[in-house]
Amino acid sequence: MKSWFVRFITSSIGKKVVMALTGLFLISFLAVHLAGNVQLMFGDGGQAFNEYAYFMTHNPVIKFTSYGLYAFILLHAIQGLILWNQNRLARGSQGYAVKRDRLATAPKSSLYMGSLGMVILIFIIIHMVQFWAQMKFTGNVAEVTYPGAEYAVKDLYTLVYTAFTNIWFVIFYVISMVFIAFHLFHGFESAFQTLGLNHKKWTPLIKFVGRAYSILVPLGFAIIPLYVYFYLNQ
Amino acid sequence: MALQSNVPAGELSEKWTQYRSSMPLVAPNNKRQLEVIVVGTGLAGGAAAATLGELGYKVKVFTFHDSPRRAHSIAAQGGINAAKNYQNDGDSVYRLFYDTIKGGDYRSREANVHRLAEVSTNIIDQAVAQGVPFAREYGGLLANRSFGGVQVSRTFYARGQTGQQLLLGAYQSLSRQISLGNVQLFNRHEMVDVVIQDGKARGIIARNLLTGKIERHAAHAVVLGTGGYGNVFYLSTNAMNCNVSAAWNAVKRGAYMANPCFTQIHPTCIPVSGEYQSKLTLMSESLRNDGRVWAPKSKEDARLIREGKKTGRELREEERDYFLERRYPAFGNLVPRDVASRAAKVVCDEGHGVSPTGLAVYLDFADAIQRYGKSRASTLNEHNASEARIRELGTAVVAEKYGNLFEMYEKITGENPYVMPMKIYPAVHYTMGGLWVDYNLQTNIPGLFATGEANFSDHGANRLGASALMQGLADGYFVLPYTIGTFLANEIRTPKIDPNGSAFLEAEAQVNERISRLMSIQGNQSVESFHRRLGHYVWDYCGMSRSAEGLAKGRQLIRELRDEFYRDVFVPGRADEYNPELEKAMRVADFLELGELMMVDANNREESCGGHFREEYQTEDGEALRRDDEFAYVAAWEWNDTEPILHKEELVFENVELKTRSYK
Amino acid sequence: MGAAAGAGKVFESQERSTKIIVTMGSENMKLTLKIWRQNNTNAKGRFETYTLDTVNEHMSFLEMLDVLNEQIISSKGEPVAFEHDCREGICGTCSLMINGYPHGPQQGTTTCQLHMRHFKSGDTITIEPWRSAAFPVVKDLVVNRDAFDRIIQAGGYVSVNTGQAQDGNAIAVEKEIANTAMDAATCIGCGACVAACPNASAMLFTAAKVSHLALLPQGEVESPQRAQRMIEQHDAEGFGRCTNITACEAECPKEISVEHIARLNREYLAASIGAVR
Repeated sequence: MKSWFVRFITSSIGKKVVMALTGLFLISFLAVHLAGNVQLMFGDGGQAFNEYAYFMTHNPVIKFTSYGLYAFILLHAIQGLILWNQNRLARGSQGYAVKRDRLATAPKSSLYMGSLGMVILIFIIIHMVQFWAQMKFTGNVAEVTYPGAEYAVKDLYTLVYTAFTNIWFVIFYVISMVFIAFHLFHGFESAFQTLGLNHKKWTPLIKFVGRAYSILVPLGFAIIPLYVYFYLNQ
Repeated sequence: MALQSNVPAGELSEKWTQYRSSMPLVAPNNKRQLEVIVVGTGLAGGAAAATLGELGYKVKVFTFHDSPRRAHSIAAQGGINAAKNYQNDGDSVYRLFYDTIKGGDYRSREANVHRLAEVSTNIIDQAVAQGVPFAREYGGLLANRSFGGVQVSRTFYARGQTGQQLLLGAYQSLSRQISLGNVQLFNRHEMVDVVIQDGKARGIIARNLLTGKIERHAAHAVVLGTGGYGNVFYLSTNAMNCNVSAAWNAVKRGAYMANPCFTQIHPTCIPVSGEYQSKLTLMSESLRNDGRVWAPKSKEDARLIREGKKTGRELREEERDYFLERRYPAFGNLVPRDVASRAAKVVCDEGHGVSPTGLAVYLDFADAIQRYGKSRASTLNEHNASEARIRELGTAVVAEKYGNLFEMYEKITGENPYVMPMKIYPAVHYTMGGLWVDYNLQTNIPGLFATGEANFSDHGANRLGASALMQGLADGYFVLPYTIGTFLANEIRTPKIDPNGSAFLEAEAQVNERISRLMSIQGNQSVESFHRRLGHYVWDYCGMSRSAEGLAKGRQLIRELRDEFYRDVFVPGRADEYNPELEKAMRVADFLELGELMMVDANNREESCGGHFREEYQTEDGEALRRDDEFAYVAAWEWNDTEPILHKEELVFENVELKTRSYK
Repeated sequence: MGAAAGAGKVFESQERSTKIIVTMGSENMKLTLKIWRQNNTNAKGRFETYTLDTVNEHMSFLEMLDVLNEQIISSKGEPVAFEHDCREGICGTCSLMINGYPHGPQQGTTTCQLHMRHFKSGDTITIEPWRSAAFPVVKDLVVNRDAFDRIIQAGGYVSVNTGQAQDGNAIAVEKEIANTAMDAATCIGCGACVAACPNASAMLFTAAKVSHLALLPQGEVESPQRAQRMIEQHDAEGFGRCTNITACEAECPKEISVEHIARLNREYLAASIGAVR
C-alpha cells in the first residue's frame, strides 16, 4: 500500500494541485520581482536597484525562499511536462480530422498552456543565464560602493541597462512578457479552480483580479526595457 | 388449464405482510450457493439484480446495452407515485390501490395492486437514501405534483427526468454490488433463448453483441426484467432498441403471454412529421397539469391551420373547443391516458386536427402563463404589472416547472411552445400486457420470473401516469427479492447447474440455426422496411380503436408479411461480428409473431376497456363499454404458429365494486 | 434555468419559429458526408464519402443516417455502425463528433436531438467517433465506454442496501442544494466531455457524480473516500488530466458546469489531506 502522500501526489488531482500551488507561488513572486525591477527606472544611476539586488541575495530568509523558488520553477515545469505527456497519450493515436475547440468559461490560452509554458521556460533559462548567473558565478559584474555604505555591491544595474540598450533584447523581453501574460491569463483562475475554490459569488472576482493581474504585471515588466531603451538611453 | 394466481388468503390489506412473514426463506449460507440470472437492467431488472446481490445470491446480470444505465426506464419523465400522503390531501394506500384498479379499468389482480400501493412508500424512502435528487419545497421537504386519473397530489419527481434519476439510483446500487463481486455484469449481451431443464428455467443463451459469440449461462432461476413490446408498432415512444425478444423467447418455450392487446397510447406526444420518422417523443403527462388541450371548433379554421394560413394563437377563445374539459368536467385535462387519447383521435377523425397530417391537437399554456404571471406579480407587489410583464413572469414560472420539456419540444419541432401552443397527438407508449405471472411474479414456467413492464400484473387495461416507475421498482426492490425465495427455498439441494447439459446444447444449436436462417436469406428488403410495415399494420388494426373485421385483416397481413420476411429480408455482414442489423432482424422476427398474437387477443376480447377499444362495444356517446360478466379475466396465451391457445385467469374482486369508469 | 434566462430565450426564439414556418415544405437537401469507417478495434480506419440528396430539414440527424444506411443496404453494402437508443436525449447512447463538435454544433443537445434544419443544402459534414485512448473504437462510429461504468463501480453510489432507508422526509434538504445536486445528476454518461477535452479527461463525468452525491446529506458521509476511489479509477483507465480548459462544459449536452469539478477537487483534497485514514 502506497503512503497517502504518494497516492495523492501521483494522482491526477494531486499533480494539478502541485501545478496550482507552485503556479500561485510563482505568480506572487512576479509581483515582488516587478516591485524590485521598477527601481531600474528611478534614474538614480542604479543605486536603489543595486542595493535591492544585494539585499535580495544576502538576506538569509530571502535566500532560502529563492531556493524554494528555483525548486518550484523546476517542479512546475517538470510536472507540466509529465501532464502534457500523459494527456498526449490519453488522446490516443488517432486524432480528429476536424476539431473545434469551444470553451465554456476558460480563455483560449488554456488550450496552449504547455506550449506557452515551454517558451516561458526557455525565456527563464536565458534570463537567468544573462543576469543571475553572470552576477553569481562570473566576475564579469563590477562592484560599486555607494557613499555612506559599509560594503560594496555588484553593479547589476549596468548589466541590465546595457542589455536593454540592445533592441533585440528589448524585443525578446517584450514578446516573452506577452507569453507570460497569456499563460497567467488562464493559470491564475485555473489554480483556484484546481484548489476547489469555485464559488458563484467569488469566482467572478477571482477571474477579474486574475485577468487584470496577468495583463498589468507582464505589462509592467515590458515597460522597463522599453523605458530604458527609449528614454534612459537617449 | 386454469391458471393459479397463488394469491395468499386473508384480508387484502394483510395479505402481503402475512405472506412475507410466513414464506420460506433461504439461509445466508445457501444463498451463496444459489445463482440467479437477471436479464435487463432497467428499474425492474437493475433493482432486482442489486437487491438479490445484497441478499447474498450469486447474480449474473445481462443487458444488450453498453451500460446498465442506458435501459429505457431512463426516459420516463413525469414522476413516480407513492401513497405517502405528505400533502395531507386524503391519500392512502387504499386510495392508490383503488385509483390503480379503477384506472386499469378493473382488469388487474386486486392483491398485486394492493401490494404495489403498500410498497410504494418504501420506494421513495429507498430512492432518497440512494441520493435521488427529488424536487423539494422551500422547507426542504419532498415536493409532489398531480397526474392524470387521480384527485390527489402523490407524484414525486426530479424535474422532467424522474426515470433517469431513479434508474441511476438503481444503476449505482447495482454498480456497488458489481464492485463487491456479488453481481457479475454482462453488458452488450443479448438474451436469445431461455433454457428449460426438467421443466424449470435453468439458464439462458446469450449472444455477445461485440463478437457474435453464442454463450450458455446457467443458474438456478431466471428473472426477466426486459421491458415492454411497444416497438411492435415501429413508431412509439420506446427507445429504438426496446424489443420483446427476451419475453418472446420465453413464450416460445411455453410461458404464457397475458393480455397482449392492452397497449397504452399516450395522449401527449409530438406528432409524426414524415415517413422517415424513426421514433416518437413523449411530452410528459405532467404538462396536462397546466396545459389545456383544445382543437378549433370549426373545420374551416382547422383546414386553414393545416395549410399554414392561420396559427392556433390567432383563434379567439370562443373559436376553440377545449374538448376534454367539455366532455369530462370533473377531471378535465387530467383524465386518464386512454380517455384523453381517444378523445383526441375523435376530434382529429372529425376533421379538426391542426398539423399538416391532420393528426394533432393543441396543448396550450397561454392560460397557465397568465395565471402564474398574475400570481407572481402579486407576490412581487407589482399590482399594476403590464400584460407583457405578466407574460414574462408567467413564462418564467412555466419555464421553471417544465423548462426542459419545452426545450425538447423546441429542438424537435423548431417551434417555440411558450408562444405557439404545442401540437400533440397520441402515440404508443407502454404495454400493460406481458408475461403472465402469479402473485410471486413467477411465470407458468417454474423458476422463470418476470418483473416490471415485462409482466402483465398491475396495470390492467390501462396504466395511470407515474405508475410504471412505481411498479418497476416495487417488483425489483421489494417484491421479487422476497418471492423468488419461495422457489429457491426448494432448490438449496440442487447443485450448480451445468451449462453443458443437453438442454443448453440443444437451445444453443437452435439459436445458431435461427441466426443462420436469417443470414442465409440474403433477400432484397431491409429489416427496417419490414418493421415499418409491421408497425403500420398493428397501428391501423390494433391501435386506438379495433374491430373484428380489422383485426382479422391485420392478422392476415402480418402472416403474409412474416412469410415475406423469411423470403426476402436482407441482413448484411456476418453473424460472428458486431452486427446491429442482425440484432434488429432477430427482434423484428419476434415482433412479427407477437403482432399476430395481439390481433388474436384483441379479437377475443369482445369488450372495450382501458387502452383496448373495440368499435363494436361502445356507449351511445362513444365511451368504452366494458363487459364484466364475460371478460373479467386475464387472457393468457400459449403460443403456437397456427392457433394460440387461450388460458383464462378469472379476476376476483372482493374489495372493490366494479363500476363503469366515469371521469365526467 | 433562471427566470430571466427563461424569459429572454422566448423572445429570441420567437423570430426563429416564424422563420421555420416560412421555410416549411422546402426542397430536399443535398449533403456530402465524410464518415469514419473502421471494421473493428484493431483494424485501420479511413474516411469514406457519401452523398445524400433526399434529406429533409425536419429529419433528426440520426434519421438522416438511417436514410443513408437504407441507401447503403439497398446496394447490398454494409451500413454505418453508430450507437443510439432513446432518441430523445436522455439515454446517453448516441455520440458522434460532427464537424468537430461532440453531438454537433448546437449546444446543450445530444446528436439524436439535433435536426437537419441546422444544416443547409450543399454542406459537407464530417462524422467521427469519440477519440480517446480509454474509448477504443468498436466499429465505425461506435466506441467502448465501459471505462465509465468502472468509474461508477469504484464508488459512484451511496452504500445503502434495499430496505435500510428511513422516511424520505426525515432529512430536509435545502431546495437550492437539491437543485444543484440535480444539475450534476443530469449527466447522461455519453462521453462528450472526454471527446471535447483536448486532454481526453473524464473529469467532468467523474465530478458530476461526486458532486451530486456530495451535495446531498445521504451521500455526504462517504463523499471524500468516494472521490478518492473514483479518481484512482479515472486515472487507471487512462483518461487525461484536467487542465481546466472547460471545453467539457461547453459541449456537455446537459450543460453541466465545471464548478462540479471544483467540488470534486475539494472532496479529493479532503480525502487525501484531511481524512485520518
